[in-house]
Amino acid sequence: MSTAPVIQEAINPVEPFLRTDRMPHIWCPGCGIGTTVNCFARALVDSKLDLDKVAIVSGIGCTGRVAGYLRLDSFHTTHGRAIPFATGLKLANPELTVVVYSGDGDLIAIGGNHFIHAARRNIDLTVICVNNFIYGMTGGQVAPTTPVGATATTTPYGCFERPFNLPFLAESSGAVYVARWTAFHVRHIARSMVEAFNKKGFSFIEIISPCPTLYQRRNKLGDGLDTMKIYKQKSVIKNGASTRDVDIAFGGEIVVGKFVDIERPTLHQTMDQQFRQVLKDRYAGTGGRG
Amino acid sequence: MKANAAAVLTGPHFLDGDQACCEGALAAGADFAAGYPITPSTEVVERFAARIPTVGGLFIQMEDELASSIAILGAAWAGKKVFTVTSGPGFSLMMEHIGLAAMTETPCVFVDVQRGGPSTGLPTLPGQADMMQARWGSHGDYETIALCPNSPQECFDLMIDAFNLAEQYRVPVLFMMDECVGHMTEKVVIPSADEIEIFPRRFTSLPPSKYKPFKPGPDGVPEMVKAGDGYRFHITGLTHDEQGYPAMTWRAQEKLVRRLVEKVRKNADKIVRYEEHDMEDADVVVVAYGITSRVALHALQMARGEGIRAGLLRPIVVWPFPEKRLRELAEKVKAFVVVEMNYGQMVYEVERCAGDKARTILVGHGGGTVHDPEQVLEVIREAAR
Repeated sequence: MSTAPVIQEAINPVEPFLRTDRMPHIWCPGCGIGTTVNCFARALVDSKLDLDKVAIVSGIGCTGRVAGYLRLDSFHTTHGRAIPFATGLKLANPELTVVVYSGDGDLIAIGGNHFIHAARRNIDLTVICVNNFIYGMTGGQVAPTTPVGATATTTPYGCFERPFNLPFLAESSGAVYVARWTAFHVRHIARSMVEAFNKKGFSFIEIISPCPTLYQRRNKLGDGLDTMKIYKQKSVIKNGASTRDVDIAFGGEIVVGKFVDIERPTLHQTMDQQFRQVLKDRYAGTGGRG
Repeated sequence: MKANAAAVLTGPHFLDGDQACCEGALAAGADFAAGYPITPSTEVVERFAARIPTVGGLFIQMEDELASSIAILGAAWAGKKVFTVTSGPGFSLMMEHIGLAAMTETPCVFVDVQRGGPSTGLPTLPGQADMMQARWGSHGDYETIALCPNSPQECFDLMIDAFNLAEQYRVPVLFMMDECVGHMTEKVVIPSADEIEIFPRRFTSLPPSKYKPFKPGPDGVPEMVKAGDGYRFHITGLTHDEQGYPAMTWRAQEKLVRRLVEKVRKNADKIVRYEEHDMEDADVVVVAYGITSRVALHALQMARGEGIRAGLLRPIVVWPFPEKRLRELAEKVKAFVVVEMNYGQMVYEVERCAGDKARTILVGHGGGTVHDPEQVLEVIREAAR
C-alpha cells in the first residue's frame, strides 16, 4: 500500500519581496510587467543589498503600480514625476539605493523633461522603463514610443510620429549605464539590474514588454506567448552597439544588450567636491540634523 | 524642541521680506529646498543656496516647478524639513503636488510671493489674487493652512510657524507673501535659537510590525516614518487605507478624505490667528491682509481722525478663515470693508460670514500697486453713513 505523497505548500522564491497581502495584482494575463518584477526580485537577491535601504518610486500607469507590490519603502507618486521625487529622496539620504520603476508614457512623455535632466545631473538612480509602446492603463493610446505604422486608439489609422529611441535619448542626456532587453530575456534583465544597482550615477534599463490586451491585439501580434516568440526571433544581442543605431521599427529587429557602461562623477560627488573646494571648513555637509 | 543655533542669525538686521523668509525657514530647521527661478520670489532660494551648505542641508534648482514641488516631498520622506518657493505661474504648476502632499500627509511649506496675474501678468509688481488658489487650487477635497505676512519681520516669524504647523498637522502650509512684502526692506530682529520653539516631526515609536502609516492619533494626525528605517511602508496618491494600500471604494474615500479635511477643520480654533485695531467701538470693520493691511491701517487712522468709528481685522492665518470672529462681529457692526489686491476673493468669505447681518463692500483692484489710502477712506466713509 503506497502512502500519499506529502504535498508541501509551494513557496515562490520572490514572495518575500512582494506585498502578498495586495495580491492578486492588476496586470492582464500575458503582460510583461510581472515578468520584470520577477527579474527585479531576483536582482535584489543577487545584489545582496540591504533591503531596508532600497526605495522604489513609481509614477502612474500599469508599470506605475510596481512600487505598490514590492515589500520595500515604496512610493507611488504623480504622473511623470517619479524621477524628481526620487531625486529629492536620494539627495536627502544618499545611503538609499533608489530605483525608479515606471512605464514609457510616464517616464518619457509627461516625465520626459525630468528624465533628461536627471541623466544630465548624473544623480545616482536606477531607472527601469517597461516599454510596451502604448498607454495601457487608459486603454491603448499612442505613446512617444509607438512605432510608426502601429495603431492605437488615438492613432486609429496608424502612428505617423517618429518615436523616441530611448537608449539614445538616455545616453545623449548623460546616463552612465544604458541597457535594453525584452521581457523574453529574463536572466539578462536581472543581471543588468544588479549592474545598475551597483553603478554610481544615472543608470537606465529599457525593457520591451508585451501589452496583449491593447498593443498586441490591436496590431494583430497575437497573445503574450506569441509575443515572446516574436521577441526571440526578432531580437539581436549587440552589446556595446551605438545607441544611435537601435531605433525600433514596427515589425523590425529589436537590438538588445548593454550599450553604455562608463564612469562619470555623480551629482553627489561634484556637489560635495565643489562645496569643499570653495567653502573649505565652512562647509557643514548636506546632511543637516535629519 | 529648540532651534538649531548654527542656523539662526540672532540679532537685528536690515532685510527684505524674501531674505527674512529664508532666514525664518533656516531658523525653523529647513534643511532641504528645491526651486525654480521666478520673479519676485527668487531671492528666497538664492539666499538659501548660499546659506545652507554652511548650516548643513541642501538646495537644488530643479528643471521646473513640477519637479521642485515633488523633489521636496521625496526629501521629506527621507526625513528632511522641506520647502519650495515660487510666484503665480509657478504656483499654478505646483498645484499637482500640493494635492499629493495633502493626500500623503507630507509636511512641507510652499511659499508664493504673489504678483499680478493672470498668466505671466506683472512679474515685478504685487498682487493678491492667488488667495483662492491657495485654498482650492489642486483638484479634489483637502484642507491646507495658509499664512499671510505683512512685513519682513513677519516673513521671518511666521515662516517658523508655517513649518511648525506643517509638522503638527502634516499638511502642506502655504506662505502667501506678495511682491511688496517680499521686496520691502525693514528692520528684522532675529531672536536667539533658544527662544525659538520647534515642533519636531511626529516620528512613530512603534516597531514596524505594529505601525500603520495612516492610522490617525487622537487629533486626527498619523505618526510618520522615513525611508531607510526598515518600515517598508507604502505611500500613494491613490485613496488608501490605514496601511497605505490603495482602496478603491467610497468607504475608503469617506474615511480618508473626511479625516484629511477634519484634521484642519476640527482644529481650526487652534490654528486661526488674526490681529485687530480699534475694534472696541467699531461699527465699520476693515478686513485686509498682507501689504494691503498696512495701507488699510493708514486709511483707518484717517477715518478715526474724522471721528468715524472704524476698526481693522487682519487675518494672519487666512486659511482656515477666522470665521467665528467674523460672525461675532457681524452681530454688532454695520459693515465690512474688504480691501484686497484682486477683484474679489477673500470678500466672499467675509460675505458668507456676514450674511444679511452686515453689509460687505469690496475695495479691490487688479494688482500692480498698492491701494491709495484715500480710495479706502472714501469707502469707509460711505460704509459708516
